Amino acid sequence: MSAAIQATIEFVKLYWAPLLCGVVIVAILPLIVGYIVLVERKLMADMQARLGPMRVGPHGLLQPIADALKLLIKEDIIPDNADKLVFWLAPVLSVGAALLSLAGLAIGPAFQIAQDINIGILFVVGISALGIFGIVLGGWASNSHYSLMGALRSSAQLVSYETAAGMALVSALLFTGTLNIKSIVEAQSKEGIWYVMLAPVAFFTYLVASIAETNRAPFDLPEAESELVAGYMTEFSGFRWSLYFLAEYTNMIVVASVATTLFLGGWLRPFSHVPWLNFLDFVPTLLMVAVGAYCIVRVPKQPVRVQQMFMMAVAGLCFVVGLVLAVPVLVPIAKPFYAGIHGGFWFIFKVSLYIYFFMWLRFTIPRYRFDQLMRLGWHFLIPLSIINVLLVGVALIAGSYFNLHGWGLLLVTTPAAVIALVAALLILAAEKEHDERQQPNTASDFYAG
Amino acid sequence: MLDKVLFYFFAAIAVASAALMVTRRNVVHGAIFLITALLAIAGIFLQLRAEFLFIVQIILYVGGIMVLFVFVIMLVNLDVALQQIQFARKKWVALLVALALAGQVGLMVWSSGKMPGQGLPVLTAAAAEHLPPNSETVAHSLFESYLLPFEIASVLLLVAMIGAVVMAKKRT
Repeated sequence: MSAAIQATIEFVKLYWAPLLCGVVIVAILPLIVGYIVLVERKLMADMQARLGPMRVGPHGLLQPIADALKLLIKEDIIPDNADKLVFWLAPVLSVGAALLSLAGLAIGPAFQIAQDINIGILFVVGISALGIFGIVLGGWASNSHYSLMGALRSSAQLVSYETAAGMALVSALLFTGTLNIKSIVEAQSKEGIWYVMLAPVAFFTYLVASIAETNRAPFDLPEAESELVAGYMTEFSGFRWSLYFLAEYTNMIVVASVATTLFLGGWLRPFSHVPWLNFLDFVPTLLMVAVGAYCIVRVPKQPVRVQQMFMMAVAGLCFVVGLVLAVPVLVPIAKPFYAGIHGGFWFIFKVSLYIYFFMWLRFTIPRYRFDQLMRLGWHFLIPLSIINVLLVGVALIAGSYFNLHGWGLLLVTTPAAVIALVAALLILAAEKEHDERQQPNTASDFYAG
Repeated sequence: MLDKVLFYFFAAIAVASAALMVTRRNVVHGAIFLITALLAIAGIFLQLRAEFLFIVQIILYVGGIMVLFVFVIMLVNLDVALQQIQFARKKWVALLVALALAGQVGLMVWSSGKMPGQGLPVLTAAAAEHLPPNSETVAHSLFESYLLPFEIASVLLLVAMIGAVVMAKKRT
C-alpha cells in the first residue's frame, strides 16, 4: 500500500510538479513583463525629467494591466499579401522559444522546472537562440520592405553576436568544468568567489553581446524607429505584437539569468562564506521594510481614496514579504527554508539589477549605425572573446601549477584579462588603420538602409 | 512505454516534415519544414538519453545553419524563383540513389537481426540514471581516444574557412 503511495508521489513529483510550475510561470510572466515595462517607462521618464505614467493607479502602478487589456482587445490585422500561416506561426515561435528556455533556469536551489539537466546552460542558451526564427519569419511573412529589412538586420546581428556570447560563456565554463546550472553555482560557492571577478573580460563580452541579442538599445537596429518604422514588427498589431513584446522581455530575463548564474554567483548571497558578514542576511528584510515604509509615507499624497488604499496594500505586501524573508534567519526551526527563500530573493535581485542596467544603457547611449555595430562585433568582441578563452585556459593551468584557489586565482586571471583586453584593442586599432588606408569613406553597406 | 510513444511521435514528425520539405514549392515553407525535421531528430536524440547531441543538433543545425539558410532565402526574390524550374528531373539517377540507400538500410536492419553485435547495435534498455553523463563521455572520446581525427577535421574546417574568406575578399 505504502509502495503505491510512494510511486504516486514520485510520479507527481516527476511529471505534474514541473508542469504546474511551468503553467504558473507562463501565467505570471506577462504580468512580470508588464511591470518591467512600467519600471522602464518610469526610469526613462526620470532620466528625461518627466513623471511617466501617473494616471492608472497610484504612480501608474496599474498601467501594465490597462496596457495588457488594450492589447488583448485590439483588432487583429493581417496584411492581405502576407503569408497567413507563417504570419501566425512567427510570434508563437518567438515567445515559445523564450518561455521554453526559462525551464532550464534555477531560481534558487529549490526552484527549477527542468531539474538538474546535465546540459543546463547550453539548453537555456540554445533554446533561446531559436527565437530568431520568429523574428526572421515574421519579417518575411509580412511582405513588407521595412519588415524584411528589419528581419535581415536582426538575423545578421544575432548570428554575429551569438559567437561572442558563446565564447564568453566558454571562458566562464572553463572554471566550472560543468554545464549543470546548479553545479555552476555550487562551484562558485566552493571557490568563495564569483566568476565576474575571475573572468571580467568574459562578463563584459557577454554583457555587450546579450544587449545585442535581445535587440535592445543601443543595438536596437532591427526595430530602429527612425529608419525602419518598427522593423520586423511593423505589420503586427494587437495580440501578435504583444507576443513579440513578451518574447523580447522574456529574453531579457533569460540573458540576465544566465549572466547571474554564470558570473554573479546565482542565488548566493554576496560573501556567503565570510561569517562576520552574516548580518547581510538582514538586507532583504530591511530592503522590503524600507520600500513598504516609503509607500506608507506617500499615502497622504495620493489624490483619491482608492489610490490611498492601493498604496497601503502595496506597503502591506512589502511587509509580508519582508517578514517571510526574516523568518528563516531569526527562527531556528525555519532554518531549512533559508536557502530556498533567500536564494530566490538574491537571484531575483541580481537579475533585476542586470535588467536595470540594461535600461540605463538604453537611455544613455545613442543608437549605433549598422556598420558600427558589425565592426564592434566582428573586429572587437569576437577577437576579444577568443583571445580571452585562450588566456583564461593558460591562467587556469598556471593556477593549478601554483595550486591557487578562490581569491588567489585572481593573481593569474587578472593579468590574463588585461592582456586579452590590450590585444583586442591593438587588433581593433590595426583594423581601423588598415581600413582607412584602403578606402577612406565606405561607411555604408547594404543593410544600412 | 513512454519511450516508445515519444520515439514514434518524433519519428512521425521527422518523416512527415521531411516529405513536406521536399514537396513544398515555397522555399521558406520548405525551410520551416526542414527546421521541424531537425528538431524532431533532436527530440529522438533526447529520447535516447543523448542530451549533448540533442542540444548540439539544436544549436548547430537549427540555430546556426538554418538561420543562415533562411537568411539567404530572404535575399532571393521568391516570385522570380517560383517561375524557375525547381526540380532537376533526373529520374534514373534518383532511382539508382534511392535503391542504393534502401539497400543499405535494408542490409543494416537484416544483419542486425541475424548477427547480434553486428550491424545495428541493439542495446538493452538501461535505466536513465545509470547512463554516464553524455557531454563528459563525448569530451573524453573526442579529446582522448579520437584526438588525431578530431584535429584533422579541425584543420580541414580551418582550411575551408580561410578559403571562404579568401574567395569573399577577391571580389571586392
